[in-house]
Amino acid sequence: MSDGPDEELELTSPLVPLFVIAKGRDLPADHEYEHTALVTARDGASAAAARALSPEARKVMDLIADGFLSVAEVSGHTHLPLGIVRILLAQLEEDGLILVRKPIPRVERVERELLSAVLDGLRTKFGA
Amino acid sequence: MYLDPDVSNSVKILIVGHFGVGKTTLISSISEIEPLQTEEEITEASEGFDDLSGTPNKTTTTVAMDFGRLTLSETLVLYLFGTPGQERFKEMWEALSRGALGALVLVDPTRLHESFAVLDLVERFGLTYAIGVNHFEGTTEYPLDEVREALNLAADTPIVHCDVRDQTSSARSLITLVQHLMSILD
Repeated sequence: MSDGPDEELELTSPLVPLFVIAKGRDLPADHEYEHTALVTARDGASAAAARALSPEARKVMDLIADGFLSVAEVSGHTHLPLGIVRILLAQLEEDGLILVRKPIPRVERVERELLSAVLDGLRTKFGA
Repeated sequence: MYLDPDVSNSVKILIVGHFGVGKTTLISSISEIEPLQTEEEITEASEGFDDLSGTPNKTTTTVAMDFGRLTLSETLVLYLFGTPGQERFKEMWEALSRGALGALVLVDPTRLHESFAVLDLVERFGLTYAIGVNHFEGTTEYPLDEVREALNLAADTPIVHCDVRDQTSSARSLITLVQHLMSILD
């Protein structure tokens, strides 16, 4: 795709089939890039890599350039389907362009601490 | 828009219920961001059968799902996912229930029959839950005991009144759920 007058076109419209955006890649394993996994671009990654990325991958990189967002938020802000977002993130992580914070797996010991942190947070925030 | 830089852990709670029960309203009332939507793909068996092959036709459709966010401390963020309670969304439930702390099930006391399918899904996916009985404008408050009986709830399942438009009321329902989650660890 050459840079030209067409550059302004919305490239994620349904006219671009999803398998094209995904470049035929399969969905990552179920437990990877879950809704609540947090992602951000590595420092300096965006600029260097932008030229080589697909428009959709670039859109994702631009969105997460300055901080962490959840995978669900990436989908929400980019209006890309969650499955596509997960495929793009897998590719970006493979290319070393992003950092991923996975949700901590549930273990009973962690669970108790986590639940009391949630409870404290809700009480503090809402005085309820 | 971004999370605080020190947020290192995320948790989720599902807000479930049938269509129109107030899931998105509850999320809006306590989310720190304008609720967003994810588009999820689900495969559905379409009506009827393919005469030639005798196999059900499968079509892929997208479902939009609302969610909100609540930063609870410097390191912890909570996501609330409004999850539709129909059987045909069970593929989505698989992904969403994984790692979820639990579910707040919203019910409309005038349409209790519609909540059975929802409760069935919640139980099938092994989610611990509390019930929030949404109070709708101009309706009488239903006695919780009657709702509990009608829904055939376990004795220890918490049930509370909840005005989903009201931030404090929504937060209280979530707190009830979290307290219940903690009590069953003991």
